[in-house]
Amino acid sequence: MTISEERSTEVTGAASGHDHESRKLSWTQRPGIFSQHIGTAAVLAVVGYVIGHWFGNYLTSGYSYIANSGQNSTANALALAFGVVGWLLGIGALNYPFAKLFGVDGLEEESPVDNWTKYFRYTLDHKIVGLQYVVGVLLFLFTGGLLAMAVRAELLNPTTHLFSPDTYIKIVSEHGTIMMMMATSIIVGPLGNYFVPLMIGSRRMAFPRIEALSFWIFTAGYMVIFSALPYGGFPTGWTGYAPLQTQAGPGMVSYLLGFAVIGIGMILAGFNQAVTIINYRAPGMTWSRVPIFVWSILATASLLTLATPVLIAGGLFGLLDKTVQTAFFVTEHGGSSYLWQNLFWFFGHPEVYIMALPGFGIAGEIMPVFTRRPLFAYKVAAAGMIGVALLSFFVWQHHLFQSGINPDMRPLFMLTTELISIPTGFIFLVGMGTLYRAKIRLEIPMLFVLALFFNFLIGGITGVFLSDVPVNVTVHGGFFVLSHFHYTIMGGLLFAFMAGLYFWLPKMTGKMMNKKIGKLHFWLMFVFFNLTFFPMFIIGLLGQPRRVFTYASNLQGLNDFSSVSAFILGFSFLVFFYNLVYSMWLKPEIAPPNPWESLGLEWQTASPVPPYNFERIPVIMTDPYRYSEEGAPAFADLGTGGPTDPSTHSLA
Amino acid sequence: MTNQSDNSTDQVHHLRRMTLMWVILSVVADILFSIFVAPHVPPGRLTETAAKDQTDFNVLFEMAVPVLFGVWIYMSYSLIVWGDKRNSNQAFSGDAARTNMKTQVSWIVVTSVTVLFLAAFGTYALIVDHGSGGGEGPNPAFAPSGALKAETAALVGKATWSPGSKNVLPVQVIAQQWKFTYRYPTFGGMESSQLIVPADTTIAFNVTSLDVIHSFWAYQLGVKADANPQVNNVAFTTTKDPGNFIVRCSELCGIWHGSMFNNGKVESQADFENWATTTEAANAANTALLPAFAWTYTPDANGAAGGYYPDGTQTPYSTVETYGSKQPS
Repeated sequence: MTISEERSTEVTGAASGHDHESRKLSWTQRPGIFSQHIGTAAVLAVVGYVIGHWFGNYLTSGYSYIANSGQNSTANALALAFGVVGWLLGIGALNYPFAKLFGVDGLEEESPVDNWTKYFRYTLDHKIVGLQYVVGVLLFLFTGGLLAMAVRAELLNPTTHLFSPDTYIKIVSEHGTIMMMMATSIIVGPLGNYFVPLMIGSRRMAFPRIEALSFWIFTAGYMVIFSALPYGGFPTGWTGYAPLQTQAGPGMVSYLLGFAVIGIGMILAGFNQAVTIINYRAPGMTWSRVPIFVWSILATASLLTLATPVLIAGGLFGLLDKTVQTAFFVTEHGGSSYLWQNLFWFFGHPEVYIMALPGFGIAGEIMPVFTRRPLFAYKVAAAGMIGVALLSFFVWQHHLFQSGINPDMRPLFMLTTELISIPTGFIFLVGMGTLYRAKIRLEIPMLFVLALFFNFLIGGITGVFLSDVPVNVTVHGGFFVLSHFHYTIMGGLLFAFMAGLYFWLPKMTGKMMNKKIGKLHFWLMFVFFNLTFFPMFIIGLLGQPRRVFTYASNLQGLNDFSSVSAFILGFSFLVFFYNLVYSMWLKPEIAPPNPWESLGLEWQTASPVPPYNFERIPVIMTDPYRYSEEGAPAFADLGTGGPTDPSTHSLA
Repeated sequence: MTNQSDNSTDQVHHLRRMTLMWVILSVVADILFSIFVAPHVPPGRLTETAAKDQTDFNVLFEMAVPVLFGVWIYMSYSLIVWGDKRNSNQAFSGDAARTNMKTQVSWIVVTSVTVLFLAAFGTYALIVDHGSGGGEGPNPAFAPSGALKAETAALVGKATWSPGSKNVLPVQVIAQQWKFTYRYPTFGGMESSQLIVPADTTIAFNVTSLDVIHSFWAYQLGVKADANPQVNNVAFTTTKDPGNFIVRCSELCGIWHGSMFNNGKVESQADFENWATTTEAANAANTALLPAFAWTYTPDANGAAGGYYPDGTQTPYSTVETYGSKQPS
């Protein structure tokens, strides 16, 4: 208990500093238009962009290869980099470091404004950052989704008919890159930031400034990668293979820098989560009492922190190749085209699990609530997540099976890749075990979780096909792969994200999502997701490579079927969007404090969640998920005599 | 807790029903698959590698079916039998619900055995089938007999092949943005824009690129090998009967990646020799202008991936041709 008291005094101290009436605010903190918010960030980003561009030209325009070429990658890269710095300066993310640098004391960091404008400011409250992330990832998702619609529209016809090949490849590349970047943060950002502190009984993240910084870097990364389009796009797909990368136009700079910027955000978000989970658990929350979602975020966070630096290094090599004419990836000049592939996939394959593990976590978190029974084999679930995270560092060369790598390595990587399906299988054991003799309520979050198991099963099994080298010869680089990873990432992660949103939005916003529209959304999304991507397995087996604008005319029927389904799948997201607007603004229905009757700690605190989450730091009494167990103690003692007080606790 | 007294019998009851459904459905589905679908699974049986890739796919599929049905039947059964509406009893709870050592151990053992079997099976197929038609890099670990000899001879222009000789036929695949060309070292290093290979012959494809990474995918041959600049990526296959096939690029290589494909043919040995000798004679003047046959070719500063360090005083296009030899004036 001493720990809890220490923490609570510390935080109370901070909270009293929050009382801003007594303090003279610097101009950056004053409410109103002349202070730091997204507008000043945009202005400074533009200023930074212009300065960077001028500086780049000043440095390099004398070189003949630049003067004659009509493009200056150095100027582009510096413009974007300065733009990012301007954005961070403008939003106020650098106030604290600069204040410390110049010895200024007593900087008031919490925005004193307590109205809707706080969502457009640099703020340290993990709950506001979580909501900012929700909007941010949805923006990312809808941009990438629109591009996907464009891709499917072009593939309605086996010849080039809607876009030029040039435009088509830009759209494909932009779609892939935006989606992959978004997917790294789609759960860790919004739901991780919002719910990890609540679920572990902490009053905040370990590093609130870094938590806010990672969000504003994420938004900057979105703009950098989007700037590729006005720059003329890039032709490499999301994998950015060199030397095509070296050959590409200025849009490539946006890709390389964009990944580096997002990557910095990912590392920051990752170690912030890891430190928070390791150090900020409430008293009594031993490792065997940590909610499974938190386990999944911990596994993901370790991947984010350890894998992403390799991506950033690779991106910087590429930028050097493009700007100062190094030759990391140029074979004729002593580099290697394999270097990028190895660097990229050394990051890229752990990234695939960055995009799978949080989904498993959400599934494990939601299933007990809607089955009214404990999570089956909790320890196996946690072990599976850690196992997947560890093994994911040893499988990357399965992306290079046909590339001419050392052939002796292929049996090894085939083995490691197939081994990773063992810990992934643990998640199925846990999911299926939890359904056993349960009392299943098919609420919308549960429907999404069941869909996740359905989709991920197909995605996972086709992954085994891909890992088998002889079969890989036929399916590598074709629509089979494309369908496989859409089944795992979209069918797994995105369905989990939707499950998480429907499950937790009532806590985040205090309003219930409409059930009828939600069910319509789920069924449209589930059915047409499968109708879109299942035919693609067959299309791939029948010989259609990825990223093509022309294909064999006998595949038009299947492609058209897939495209039309994709349009309806796209429409299902409009239904979701409508549901969001309808339930949040048009006809809000006030959510009860614990609408799903969950035992989770995040539902036990007051609703809406007070600024410092818990009146007193809760003490964890027992294992999570003791549903349907008569006489089981409450998960946590909040010390408030509230609904979770053991004496008043009752179970449905 | 009252309904846990009949725990053991109840459990057997459910599991027995599920198992029965599972066995019946899996067996039926597997039989139907092997009769109606398996013989038509891509990439067909035009070559040894294609046939083995097909067999491999079918084995994996037949193993995947029980897994799919296992989970699907279990999920459907649970939703129907344990849905909240049907059964308002309290759900299974307590220690027994939280974990069950027997189930965990058997799950782990079964998945591990399956996975290890698959890895062993894949490795066996890979080694016995000389790389299964995949690119093995410049030093193939698994090569058919006679391949090394033929490849060495090809490099010095001494490779021979004639109908019935059983020699390995080396063919070079040169990928560039955005087309494939093929050189036949056995026939004077002639270059063709069409890939024609003889039936009943082991072919060594030597795949390289002049600019960016491409991938040589001879779909019906069951061959796929990335084309990397400055790298000779070798893939083997043994053709069987004559037939047509399509070659596509399966690694994104720029704007016109989508139209980087051409058609190839497996011809009878006599027809092939006839075509090869005729083409060699017809192309002799062109072949003389090509650089000497080599596994890789270095583009100069004007090559597709080049453009570095022009000194500013020269015109953008030098008199040196892409392959590094002097252009005829």
